[in-house]
Amino acid sequence: MAETCQLAIIGAGPAGMAAAIEAAGLGLSVVVLDEQAAPGGQIYRSLEKQPPAGRPDLGEDYDQGRPLLEAFRESAADYRPQSQVWEVTQQRDIHFQADGAVQHLRAEHIIIAGGAQERPVPIPGWTLPGVMTAGAAQILLKTASLGARHAVFAGSGPLLYLVVWQYVQAGLPVAAVLETTPLANYRRAAPSLPGGLSVPSYLIKGLRLIADLKRAGVSWISGVEDLRADGEKALEAVSYRKGSRWRQIETGHLFLHQGVVPDTNLTVSLGCRHTWNAVQACWHVERDIWGGTSLDGISVAGDGGGIGGAMAARLQGRLAALSAAQRLGVLSAEERDRRSRKSLRILTREGRTRKFLDILYHPRDRFRRPPDDQTVVCRCEEITAGEVRAAAALGCQGPNQLKAFTRAGMGPCQGRQCGLTVSEILAQAHGTGVADIGHLRTRPPLKPVTLGALAACKKSRG
Amino acid sequence: MFTDLIADREKTVTIRIDGNAHTVTAGITVAAALLSVGVRRFRETPAGNSPRGPFCMMGVCFDCLCVIDGQPNRQACMTTVRQDMAIDTQSGAADLDPFGHSGRGDA
Repeated sequence: MAETCQLAIIGAGPAGMAAAIEAAGLGLSVVVLDEQAAPGGQIYRSLEKQPPAGRPDLGEDYDQGRPLLEAFRESAADYRPQSQVWEVTQQRDIHFQADGAVQHLRAEHIIIAGGAQERPVPIPGWTLPGVMTAGAAQILLKTASLGARHAVFAGSGPLLYLVVWQYVQAGLPVAAVLETTPLANYRRAAPSLPGGLSVPSYLIKGLRLIADLKRAGVSWISGVEDLRADGEKALEAVSYRKGSRWRQIETGHLFLHQGVVPDTNLTVSLGCRHTWNAVQACWHVERDIWGGTSLDGISVAGDGGGIGGAMAARLQGRLAALSAAQRLGVLSAEERDRRSRKSLRILTREGRTRKFLDILYHPRDRFRRPPDDQTVVCRCEEITAGEVRAAAALGCQGPNQLKAFTRAGMGPCQGRQCGLTVSEILAQAHGTGVADIGHLRTRPPLKPVTLGALAACKKSRG
Repeated sequence: MFTDLIADREKTVTIRIDGNAHTVTAGITVAAALLSVGVRRFRETPAGNSPRGPFCMMGVCFDCLCVIDGQPNRQACMTTVRQDMAIDTQSGAADLDPFGHSGRGDA
Protein backbone atom coordinates (compact mmCIF):
# COMPACT_ATOMS: atom_id res chain seq x y z
CA MET A 1 0.00 0.00 0.00
CA ALA A 2 1.32 3.37 -0.99
CA GLU A 3 1.36 6.19 1.52
CA THR A 4 -1.48 8.69 1.06
CA CYS A 5 -2.15 12.35 1.81
CA GLN A 6 -4.78 14.92 0.88
CA LEU A 7 -2.43 17.43 -0.72
CA ALA A 8 1.03 16.85 -2.15
CA ILE A 9 3.10 19.88 -3.07
CA ILE A 10 6.10 19.48 -5.35
CA GLY A 11 8.66 22.22 -4.73
CA ALA A 12 9.50 24.28 -1.63
CA GLY A 13 10.12 27.68 -3.19
CA PRO A 14 7.85 30.69 -2.53
CA ALA A 15 4.82 29.10 -4.26
CA GLY A 16 5.17 25.70 -2.61
CA MET A 17 5.83 27.14 0.85
CA ALA A 18 2.88 29.55 0.64
CA ALA A 19 0.60 26.72 -0.54
CA ALA A 20 1.79 24.47 2.30
CA ILE A 21 1.26 27.12 4.99
CA GLU A 22 -2.28 27.86 3.78
CA ALA A 23 -3.34 24.24 3.27
CA ALA A 24 -1.88 22.96 6.54
CA GLY A 25 -3.56 25.89 8.32
CA LEU A 26 -6.88 24.67 6.93
CA GLY A 27 -6.23 21.25 8.40
CA LEU A 28 -5.35 19.36 5.22
CA SER A 29 -2.75 16.61 5.46
CA VAL A 30 0.10 18.07 3.39
CA VAL A 31 3.32 16.51 2.14
CA VAL A 32 5.94 18.77 0.51
CA LEU A 33 8.55 17.11 -1.71
CA ASP A 34 11.58 19.17 -2.73
CA GLU A 35 14.86 18.15 -4.30
CA GLN A 36 17.00 20.68 -2.45
CA ALA A 37 18.44 20.07 1.02
CA ALA A 38 16.67 23.12 2.49
CA PRO A 39 13.52 25.08 1.65
CA GLY A 40 13.53 28.40 -0.23
CA GLY A 41 13.69 27.45 -3.89
CA GLN A 42 16.33 29.22 -5.92
CA ILE A 43 15.34 32.73 -4.81
CA TYR A 44 15.74 32.07 -1.07
CA ARG A 45 18.32 29.33 -1.47
CA SER A 46 20.49 28.77 1.63
CA LEU A 47 18.77 31.68 3.39
CA GLU A 48 18.40 29.67 6.61
CA LYS A 49 22.16 29.06 6.67
CA GLN A 50 23.09 32.75 6.48
CA PRO A 51 24.33 34.60 9.58
CA PRO A 52 21.62 36.33 11.67
CA ALA A 53 23.00 39.69 10.57
CA GLY A 54 21.99 38.72 7.03
CA ARG A 55 23.94 38.98 3.80
CA PRO A 56 23.87 42.65 2.76
CA ASP A 57 25.86 41.72 -0.35
CA LEU A 58 22.89 39.70 -1.61
CA GLY A 59 20.41 42.58 -1.27
CA GLU A 60 17.35 43.20 0.88
CA ASP A 61 14.91 41.14 -1.22
CA TYR A 62 16.80 37.96 -0.32
CA ASP A 63 16.56 38.56 3.41
CA GLN A 64 12.85 39.27 3.12
CA GLY A 65 12.22 35.57 2.56
CA ARG A 66 12.87 34.80 6.23
CA PRO A 67 9.29 35.19 7.58
CA LEU A 68 7.99 32.88 4.85
CA LEU A 69 10.63 30.25 5.66
CA GLU A 70 9.85 30.48 9.37
CA ALA A 71 6.10 30.16 8.79
CA PHE A 72 6.75 27.15 6.55
CA ARG A 73 8.95 25.47 9.17
CA GLU A 74 6.28 26.11 11.84
CA SER A 75 3.43 24.78 9.69
CA ALA A 76 2.12 21.24 10.14
CA ALA A 77 3.12 20.34 6.56
CA ASP A 78 5.25 17.20 6.30
CA TYR A 79 8.35 18.56 4.54
CA ARG A 80 10.65 16.08 2.80
CA PRO A 81 13.87 17.62 1.51
CA GLN A 82 16.15 15.90 -1.01
CA SER A 83 13.22 14.12 -2.60
CA GLN A 84 13.51 13.92 -6.37
CA VAL A 85 10.18 13.36 -8.10
CA TRP A 86 10.65 11.24 -11.21
CA GLU A 87 7.07 10.47 -12.14
CA VAL A 88 3.58 11.76 -11.47
CA THR A 89 0.57 10.03 -13.01
CA GLN A 90 -2.87 11.40 -13.87
CA GLN A 91 -4.21 9.25 -11.02
CA ARG A 92 -2.02 11.41 -8.76
CA ASP A 93 0.48 8.74 -7.87
CA ILE A 94 3.84 10.32 -7.16
CA HIS A 95 7.06 8.37 -7.53
CA PHE A 96 10.14 9.92 -6.02
CA GLN A 97 13.60 9.08 -4.82
CA ALA A 98 14.80 9.93 -1.32
CA ASP A 99 17.62 8.46 0.78
CA GLY A 100 18.67 6.46 -2.28
CA ALA A 101 15.37 4.55 -2.31
CA VAL A 102 12.32 4.75 -4.54
CA GLN A 103 9.18 5.84 -2.67
CA HIS A 104 5.51 6.36 -3.55
CA LEU A 105 2.82 8.72 -2.45
CA ARG A 106 -0.82 8.96 -3.54
CA ALA A 107 -2.49 12.35 -3.18
CA GLU A 108 -6.07 13.55 -3.58
CA HIS A 109 -4.73 16.81 -4.98
CA ILE A 110 -1.31 17.88 -6.26
CA ILE A 111 0.13 21.38 -6.51
CA ILE A 112 3.16 21.51 -8.77
CA ALA A 113 5.44 24.38 -7.75
CA GLY A 114 8.60 23.38 -9.60
CA GLY A 115 9.70 26.89 -10.46
CA ALA A 116 11.78 28.12 -13.32
CA GLN A 117 15.09 27.48 -14.97
CA GLU A 118 17.30 29.81 -16.93
CA ARG A 119 16.64 29.99 -20.63
CA PRO A 120 19.35 28.17 -22.57
CA VAL A 121 21.75 30.55 -24.34
CA PRO A 122 23.15 28.63 -27.32
CA ILE A 123 26.18 30.59 -28.50
CA PRO A 124 29.40 29.22 -30.03
CA GLY A 125 31.54 27.77 -27.23
CA TRP A 126 28.85 27.76 -24.51
CA THR A 127 29.70 24.17 -23.54
CA LEU A 128 33.28 25.04 -22.50
CA PRO A 129 34.14 24.66 -18.80
CA GLY A 130 34.13 28.19 -17.37
CA VAL A 131 30.92 29.18 -19.13
CA MET A 132 28.02 29.11 -16.68
CA THR A 133 24.70 30.85 -16.20
CA ALA A 134 24.30 34.02 -14.15
CA GLY A 135 22.01 32.03 -11.90
CA ALA A 136 24.82 29.54 -11.29
CA ALA A 137 27.10 32.41 -10.23
CA GLN A 138 24.43 33.52 -7.77
CA ILE A 139 23.91 30.01 -6.39
CA LEU A 140 27.66 29.72 -5.72
CA LEU A 141 27.55 33.08 -3.93
CA LYS A 142 24.51 32.12 -1.83
CA THR A 143 25.40 28.55 -0.98
CA ALA A 144 29.20 28.59 -0.74
CA SER A 145 30.29 32.26 -0.70
CA LEU A 146 32.30 31.53 -3.83
CA GLY A 147 32.93 34.22 -6.42
CA ALA A 148 35.02 34.60 -9.56
CA ARG A 149 37.28 37.59 -10.11
CA HIS A 150 37.32 39.38 -13.48
CA ALA A 151 34.34 37.48 -14.86
CA VAL A 152 32.35 38.63 -17.89
CA PHE A 153 28.57 38.76 -17.52
CA ALA A 154 26.66 38.69 -20.80
CA GLY A 155 23.01 38.88 -21.74
CA SER A 156 19.89 40.65 -20.66
CA GLY A 157 17.33 40.71 -17.87
CA PRO A 158 16.81 41.60 -14.19
CA LEU A 159 18.57 38.55 -12.75
CA LEU A 160 21.75 39.35 -14.69
CA TYR A 161 21.94 42.88 -13.28
CA LEU A 162 21.14 41.65 -9.77
CA VAL A 163 23.95 39.09 -9.81
CA VAL A 164 26.45 41.68 -11.10
CA TRP A 165 25.29 44.01 -8.31
CA GLN A 166 25.77 41.22 -5.76
CA TYR A 167 29.26 40.59 -7.13
CA VAL A 168 30.16 44.27 -6.76
CA GLN A 169 28.77 44.32 -3.20
CA ALA A 170 30.90 41.28 -2.39
CA GLY A 171 33.97 43.18 -3.58
CA LEU A 172 34.56 41.04 -6.64
CA PRO A 173 36.02 42.92 -9.61
CA VAL A 174 33.90 42.39 -12.75
CA ALA A 175 35.69 42.45 -16.15
CA ALA A 176 32.64 43.63 -18.10
CA VAL A 177 28.90 43.45 -18.54
CA LEU A 178 27.93 42.77 -22.15
CA GLU A 179 24.36 43.94 -22.42
CA THR A 180 22.40 42.39 -25.30
CA THR A 181 18.95 44.00 -24.87
CA PRO A 182 17.97 45.24 -28.37
CA LEU A 183 17.41 49.01 -28.45
CA ALA A 184 14.16 48.38 -30.33
CA ASN A 185 12.80 46.57 -27.25
CA TYR A 186 12.71 49.83 -25.29
CA ARG A 187 10.47 51.35 -27.94
CA ARG A 188 8.25 48.27 -28.04
CA ALA A 189 7.96 48.05 -24.25
CA ALA A 190 7.25 51.73 -23.57
CA PRO A 191 3.49 51.57 -24.27
CA SER A 192 3.20 48.79 -21.65
CA LEU A 193 4.69 50.98 -18.96
CA PRO A 194 1.97 51.46 -16.37
CA GLY A 195 0.81 55.06 -16.39
CA GLY A 196 0.46 57.63 -13.64
CA LEU A 197 1.91 57.03 -10.21
CA SER A 198 1.62 53.27 -10.32
CA VAL A 199 5.22 52.64 -11.46
CA PRO A 200 6.01 49.33 -9.81
CA SER A 201 8.66 49.33 -7.11
CA TYR A 202 10.78 46.71 -8.84
CA LEU A 203 11.23 48.94 -11.90
CA ILE A 204 12.56 51.67 -9.65
CA LYS A 205 14.74 49.13 -7.85
CA GLY A 206 16.06 47.87 -11.18
CA LEU A 207 16.98 51.34 -12.40
CA ARG A 208 18.69 52.11 -9.08
CA LEU A 209 20.64 48.87 -9.31
CA ILE A 210 21.95 49.65 -12.81
CA ALA A 211 22.84 53.21 -11.71
CA ASP A 212 24.77 51.70 -8.74
CA LEU A 213 26.77 49.52 -11.11
CA LYS A 214 27.68 52.35 -13.45
CA ARG A 215 28.67 54.48 -10.46
CA ALA A 216 30.85 51.64 -9.16
CA GLY A 217 32.75 51.84 -12.44
CA VAL A 218 31.69 48.49 -13.88
CA SER A 219 32.56 48.37 -17.59
CA TRP A 220 29.04 48.34 -19.05
CA ILE A 221 28.83 47.66 -22.79
CA SER A 222 25.31 48.02 -24.23
CA GLY A 223 23.94 47.10 -27.63
CA VAL A 224 25.95 43.88 -27.91
CA GLU A 225 24.56 41.93 -30.87
CA ASP A 226 26.54 38.71 -30.85
CA LEU A 227 28.62 36.63 -28.42
CA ARG A 228 31.18 33.86 -28.62
CA ALA A 229 33.01 31.86 -25.95
CA ASP A 230 36.59 31.13 -27.04
CA GLY A 231 38.93 28.40 -25.81
CA GLU A 232 40.30 24.94 -26.49
CA LYS A 233 39.75 22.81 -23.38
CA ALA A 234 38.16 25.55 -21.28
CA LEU A 235 37.09 29.17 -21.60
CA GLU A 236 39.98 31.55 -22.34
CA ALA A 237 38.21 34.64 -23.70
CA VAL A 238 34.83 36.11 -24.63
CA SER A 239 34.27 37.79 -27.99
CA TYR A 240 31.42 40.19 -28.66
CA ARG A 241 30.15 42.12 -31.63
CA LYS A 242 28.62 45.57 -31.86
CA GLY A 243 27.69 46.50 -35.40
CA SER A 244 30.29 44.83 -37.60
CA ARG A 245 33.14 45.06 -35.12
CA TRP A 246 34.29 42.15 -32.94
CA ARG A 247 36.29 42.67 -29.75
CA GLN A 248 37.71 40.17 -27.29
CA ILE A 249 38.08 40.11 -23.50
CA GLU A 250 40.35 37.56 -21.83
CA THR A 251 38.64 35.79 -18.93
CA GLY A 252 38.23 32.38 -17.35
CA HIS A 253 34.60 33.02 -16.41
CA LEU A 254 31.58 33.88 -18.53
CA PHE A 255 28.12 34.06 -16.95
CA LEU A 256 25.28 34.02 -19.49
CA HIS A 257 21.67 35.05 -19.00
CA GLN A 258 18.67 35.56 -21.27
CA GLY A 259 15.87 35.42 -18.74
CA VAL A 260 14.12 32.54 -17.03
CA VAL A 261 11.48 30.14 -18.35
CA PRO A 262 9.07 27.72 -16.63
CA ASP A 263 10.30 24.20 -15.98
CA THR A 264 7.59 22.27 -17.83
CA ASN A 265 9.04 18.76 -17.88
CA LEU A 266 6.70 17.48 -15.18
CA THR A 267 3.50 19.08 -16.53
CA VAL A 268 4.37 17.97 -20.09
CA SER A 269 5.02 14.39 -18.96
CA LEU A 270 1.70 14.39 -17.08
CA GLY A 271 -0.19 15.37 -20.21
CA CYS A 272 -1.40 18.81 -19.07
CA ARG A 273 -2.30 21.08 -22.00
CA HIS A 274 0.33 23.71 -22.83
CA THR A 275 0.32 26.76 -25.06
CA TRP A 276 3.17 28.73 -26.65
CA ASN A 277 3.64 32.19 -25.16
CA ALA A 278 5.21 34.30 -27.89
CA VAL A 279 6.08 37.26 -25.62
CA GLN A 280 7.98 35.17 -23.06
CA ALA A 281 9.08 32.79 -25.87
CA CYS A 282 8.35 29.63 -23.87
CA TRP A 283 5.65 27.08 -23.14
CA HIS A 284 3.02 27.78 -20.50
CA VAL A 285 0.86 25.13 -18.92
CA GLU A 286 -2.80 26.14 -19.31
CA ARG A 287 -4.26 27.11 -15.94
CA ASP A 288 -7.27 28.92 -14.51
CA ILE A 289 -7.13 31.67 -11.87
CA TRP A 290 -6.70 29.01 -9.15
CA GLY A 291 -3.80 27.35 -10.97
CA GLY A 292 -5.99 24.43 -12.07
CA THR A 293 -4.66 22.65 -15.17
CA SER A 294 -6.52 20.64 -17.81
CA LEU A 295 -6.25 17.62 -15.45
CA ASP A 296 -8.55 17.13 -12.47
CA GLY A 297 -6.79 17.60 -9.15
CA ILE A 298 -3.52 18.89 -10.63
CA SER A 299 -2.67 22.57 -10.08
CA VAL A 300 0.40 24.60 -10.89
CA ALA A 301 1.58 27.58 -8.82
CA GLY A 302 4.46 29.96 -9.31
CA ASP A 303 7.02 30.44 -12.07
CA GLY A 304 6.60 26.83 -13.23
CA GLY A 305 3.38 27.94 -14.91
CA GLY A 306 4.63 31.27 -16.28
CA ILE A 307 7.22 33.73 -15.05
CA GLY A 308 5.75 36.17 -12.55
CA GLY A 309 8.37 36.46 -9.81
CA ALA A 310 8.44 35.55 -6.12
CA MET A 311 5.53 37.76 -5.01
CA ALA A 312 3.18 36.37 -7.66
CA ALA A 313 4.39 32.85 -6.83
CA ARG A 314 3.41 33.25 -3.17
CA LEU A 315 -0.03 34.53 -4.08
CA GLN A 316 -0.55 31.74 -6.61
CA GLY A 317 0.55 29.15 -4.07
CA ARG A 318 -1.99 30.44 -1.59
CA LEU A 319 -4.80 30.52 -4.18
CA ALA A 320 -4.00 26.99 -5.35
CA ALA A 321 -4.19 25.78 -1.73
CA LEU A 322 -7.55 27.50 -1.15
CA SER A 323 -8.90 25.99 -4.33
CA ALA A 324 -7.60 22.52 -3.39
CA ALA A 325 -9.29 22.86 0.01
CA GLN A 326 -12.55 23.76 -1.70
CA ARG A 327 -12.26 20.81 -4.11
CA LEU A 328 -11.58 18.47 -1.19
CA GLY A 329 -14.65 19.72 0.66
CA VAL A 330 -12.84 21.51 3.48
CA LEU A 331 -13.88 24.98 2.34
CA SER A 332 -17.09 26.21 0.70
CA ALA A 333 -16.82 28.00 -2.65
CA GLU A 334 -18.04 31.21 -1.00
CA GLU A 335 -15.39 30.95 1.70
CA ARG A 336 -12.66 30.24 -0.88
CA ASP A 337 -13.74 33.31 -2.87
CA ARG A 338 -13.90 35.49 0.20
CA ARG A 339 -10.38 34.53 1.30
CA SER A 340 -9.02 34.96 -2.23
CA ARG A 341 -10.29 38.39 -3.13
CA LYS A 342 -7.28 40.39 -2.02
CA SER A 343 -4.70 37.98 -3.43
CA LEU A 344 -6.47 37.94 -6.80
CA ARG A 345 -6.50 41.74 -6.90
CA ILE A 346 -2.76 42.04 -6.19
CA LEU A 347 -2.02 39.28 -8.68
CA THR A 348 -3.88 41.10 -11.46
CA ARG A 349 -1.87 44.23 -10.74
CA GLU A 350 1.42 42.27 -10.72
CA GLY A 351 0.50 40.71 -14.07
CA ARG A 352 -0.06 44.09 -15.71
CA THR A 353 3.36 45.43 -14.73
CA ARG A 354 5.06 42.19 -15.71
CA LYS A 355 4.20 42.76 -19.37
CA PHE A 356 6.67 45.63 -19.59
CA LEU A 357 9.56 43.43 -18.44
CA ASP A 358 8.55 40.60 -20.78
CA ILE A 359 8.67 42.84 -23.84
CA LEU A 360 11.79 44.74 -22.77
CA TYR A 361 13.83 41.60 -22.11
CA HIS A 362 12.52 39.49 -24.98
CA PRO A 363 15.77 37.82 -26.15
CA ARG A 364 17.30 38.52 -29.52
CA ASP A 365 16.42 35.96 -32.21
CA ARG A 366 20.02 34.76 -32.54
CA PHE A 367 20.18 33.71 -28.88
CA ARG A 368 17.05 31.59 -29.32
CA ARG A 369 17.79 30.26 -32.85
CA PRO A 370 21.56 30.37 -33.41
CA PRO A 371 22.21 31.24 -37.08
CA ASP A 372 25.70 29.67 -37.04
CA ASP A 373 25.34 26.01 -38.09
CA GLN A 374 28.25 24.91 -35.89
CA THR A 375 26.67 26.07 -32.63
CA VAL A 376 25.71 23.21 -30.31
CA VAL A 377 22.04 23.35 -29.30
CA CYS A 378 21.66 19.97 -27.55
CA ARG A 379 24.48 19.95 -25.01
CA CYS A 380 24.02 16.32 -23.97
CA GLU A 381 24.09 14.72 -27.42
CA GLU A 382 26.18 17.52 -28.99
CA ILE A 383 23.73 18.23 -31.80
CA THR A 384 24.32 21.49 -33.67
CA ALA A 385 21.87 24.03 -35.06
CA GLY A 386 23.00 22.94 -38.54
CA GLU A 387 22.10 19.31 -37.84
CA VAL A 388 18.62 20.35 -36.70
CA ARG A 389 18.14 22.43 -39.86
CA ALA A 390 19.46 19.56 -42.02
CA ALA A 391 16.91 17.21 -40.43
CA ALA A 392 14.15 19.75 -41.15
CA ALA A 393 15.30 19.90 -44.77
CA LEU A 394 14.99 16.10 -44.94
CA GLY A 395 11.38 16.39 -43.83
CA CYS A 396 11.58 16.18 -40.04
CA GLN A 397 8.34 17.77 -38.86
CA GLY A 398 8.80 18.31 -35.15
CA PRO A 399 10.93 17.91 -32.03
CA ASN A 400 9.74 14.38 -31.29
CA GLN A 401 10.56 13.11 -34.77
CA LEU A 402 13.89 14.94 -34.41
CA LYS A 403 14.84 12.52 -31.65
CA ALA A 404 14.87 9.70 -34.23
CA PHE A 405 16.81 11.87 -36.70
CA THR A 406 19.48 13.23 -34.36
CA ARG A 407 18.97 12.14 -30.70
CA ALA A 408 18.52 15.82 -29.74
CA GLY A 409 16.65 15.92 -26.43
CA MET A 410 17.47 12.31 -25.50
CA GLY A 411 20.44 12.90 -23.20
CA PRO A 412 20.44 13.02 -19.40
CA CYS A 413 18.96 16.55 -19.19
CA GLN A 414 15.90 15.30 -21.11
CA GLY A 415 15.56 18.34 -23.32
CA ARG A 416 15.68 20.90 -20.52
CA GLN A 417 18.55 22.70 -22.29
CA CYS A 418 17.54 22.21 -25.94
CA GLY A 419 13.74 21.87 -26.00
CA LEU A 420 12.92 25.52 -26.63
CA THR A 421 15.76 26.03 -29.13
CA VAL A 422 14.88 22.93 -31.13
CA SER A 423 11.19 23.89 -31.43
CA GLU A 424 12.10 27.43 -32.45
CA ILE A 425 14.65 26.33 -35.08
CA LEU A 426 12.23 23.78 -36.59
CA ALA A 427 9.41 26.35 -36.69
CA GLN A 428 11.67 28.79 -38.50
CA ALA A 429 12.89 26.14 -40.94
CA HIS A 430 9.32 25.22 -41.84
CA GLY A 431 8.10 28.83 -41.89
CA THR A 432 5.45 28.10 -39.29
CA GLY A 433 4.64 29.02 -35.69
CA VAL A 434 6.20 27.30 -32.69
CA ALA A 435 2.68 26.41 -31.47
CA ASP A 436 2.21 24.30 -34.63
CA ILE A 437 5.62 22.62 -34.30
CA GLY A 438 4.94 21.59 -30.71
CA HIS A 439 7.22 20.66 -27.80
CA LEU A 440 9.33 17.68 -26.87
CA ARG A 441 7.31 15.02 -25.10
CA THR A 442 9.08 14.20 -21.88
CA ARG A 443 8.62 10.83 -20.30
CA PRO A 444 9.37 9.43 -16.89
CA PRO A 445 11.73 8.90 -15.22
CA LEU A 446 12.16 12.69 -15.18
CA LYS A 447 15.29 12.32 -13.06
CA PRO A 448 17.74 9.41 -13.26
CA VAL A 449 16.80 6.39 -11.16
CA THR A 450 19.08 3.38 -10.84
CA LEU A 451 17.80 -0.06 -11.76
CA GLY A 452 18.89 -1.14 -8.29
CA ALA A 453 16.58 1.39 -6.62
CA LEU A 454 13.68 0.30 -8.82
CA ALA A 455 14.32 -3.38 -8.16
CA ALA A 456 14.51 -2.78 -4.41
CA CYS A 457 11.13 -1.03 -4.47
CA LYS A 458 9.47 -3.97 -6.22
CA LYS A 459 10.82 -6.29 -3.54
CA SER A 460 9.63 -4.15 -0.65
CA ARG A 461 6.14 -3.95 -2.15
CA GLY A 462 5.92 -7.72 -2.06
CA MET B 1 39.13 30.32 -10.57
CA PHE B 2 36.55 30.76 -7.86
CA THR B 3 37.68 32.24 -4.56
CA ASP B 4 36.15 31.84 -1.12
CA LEU B 5 34.90 35.18 0.23
CA ILE B 6 35.15 33.92 3.79
CA ALA B 7 38.70 33.76 5.13
CA ASP B 8 39.08 31.23 7.96
CA ARG B 9 36.47 28.53 7.58
CA GLU B 10 35.62 26.90 10.89
CA LYS B 11 33.98 23.80 9.53
CA THR B 12 35.81 21.92 6.83
CA VAL B 13 35.90 18.38 5.49
CA THR B 14 38.62 16.47 3.69
CA ILE B 15 37.70 14.85 0.40
CA ARG B 16 39.67 13.08 -2.33
CA ILE B 17 39.47 14.44 -5.84
CA ASP B 18 40.98 12.08 -8.44
CA GLY B 19 42.93 10.55 -5.57
CA ASN B 20 44.33 13.77 -4.09
CA ALA B 21 43.26 15.00 -0.66
CA HIS B 22 41.69 18.48 -0.45
CA THR B 23 40.23 20.42 2.45
CA VAL B 24 36.97 22.14 1.51
CA THR B 25 34.12 23.99 3.23
CA ALA B 26 31.65 21.68 4.98
CA GLY B 27 28.04 21.65 3.85
CA ILE B 28 28.57 22.90 0.30
CA THR B 29 27.82 20.91 -2.85
CA VAL B 30 30.40 18.67 -4.51
CA ALA B 31 30.31 20.98 -7.54
CA ALA B 32 31.08 24.04 -5.39
CA ALA B 33 33.84 22.11 -3.61
CA LEU B 34 35.56 21.12 -6.86
CA LEU B 35 35.29 24.67 -8.23
CA SER B 36 36.73 26.05 -4.96
CA VAL B 37 39.95 24.06 -5.44
CA GLY B 38 40.28 25.00 -9.10
CA VAL B 39 38.78 21.98 -10.91
CA ARG B 40 37.16 23.23 -14.12
CA ARG B 41 36.75 20.04 -16.19
CA PHE B 42 34.42 17.63 -14.38
CA ARG B 43 33.99 15.15 -17.21
CA GLU B 44 34.28 14.42 -20.91
CA THR B 45 31.05 13.69 -22.72
CA PRO B 46 30.19 10.20 -23.99
CA ALA B 47 28.92 11.76 -27.25
CA GLY B 48 32.09 13.55 -28.35
CA ASN B 49 34.63 13.46 -25.52
CA SER B 50 34.34 17.21 -25.10
CA PRO B 51 35.29 18.72 -21.74
CA ARG B 52 32.51 19.94 -19.45
CA GLY B 53 32.08 21.61 -16.11
CA PRO B 54 29.07 22.81 -14.12
CA PHE B 55 26.77 25.10 -16.11
CA CYS B 56 23.48 25.66 -14.22
CA MET B 57 24.35 24.63 -10.62
CA MET B 58 20.68 23.73 -9.99
CA GLY B 59 20.21 20.21 -11.30
CA VAL B 60 18.95 21.11 -14.77
CA CYS B 61 21.84 20.66 -17.21
CA PHE B 62 23.53 17.41 -16.05
CA ASP B 63 26.92 18.72 -17.14
CA CYS B 64 28.58 18.42 -13.71
CA LEU B 65 28.29 14.61 -13.65
CA CYS B 66 31.13 12.85 -11.88
CA VAL B 67 31.93 9.66 -9.99
CA ILE B 68 31.03 10.02 -6.31
CA ASP B 69 32.07 7.22 -3.96
CA GLY B 70 32.33 4.83 -6.89
CA GLN B 71 28.95 5.66 -8.42
CA PRO B 72 29.25 7.34 -11.84
CA ASN B 73 26.99 10.01 -13.37
CA ARG B 74 26.12 11.68 -10.07
CA GLN B 75 25.03 15.32 -10.21
CA ALA B 76 27.78 17.15 -8.34
CA CYS B 77 25.61 20.26 -7.92
CA MET B 78 22.88 18.25 -6.14
CA THR B 79 25.13 16.34 -3.75
CA THR B 80 26.52 17.68 -0.46
CA VAL B 81 30.19 16.98 0.38
CA ARG B 82 30.92 14.65 3.26
CA GLN B 83 34.11 13.83 5.13
CA ASP B 84 36.24 11.26 3.24
CA MET B 85 34.10 11.43 0.10
CA ALA B 86 35.93 10.18 -2.99
CA ILE B 87 35.19 12.14 -6.14
CA ASP B 88 36.57 11.29 -9.56
CA THR B 89 36.15 13.26 -12.74
CA GLN B 90 34.76 10.98 -15.44
CA SER B 91 35.62 10.39 -19.04
CA GLY B 92 33.23 9.19 -21.73
CA ALA B 93 30.44 6.73 -20.97
CA ALA B 94 30.33 5.00 -17.60
CA ASP B 95 30.99 1.28 -17.35
CA LEU B 96 28.11 -0.95 -16.43
CA ASP B 97 29.29 -3.15 -13.62
CA PRO B 98 26.80 -5.80 -12.52
CA PHE B 99 28.47 -5.96 -9.12
CA GLY B 100 27.62 -2.41 -8.28
CA HIS B 101 31.08 -0.85 -8.18
CA SER B 102 31.41 1.07 -11.40
CA GLY B 103 34.71 2.78 -11.92
CA ARG B 104 35.72 5.43 -14.37
CA GLY B 105 34.62 4.97 -17.95
CA ASP B 106 38.20 5.15 -19.24
CA ALA B 107 39.36 2.25 -17.11
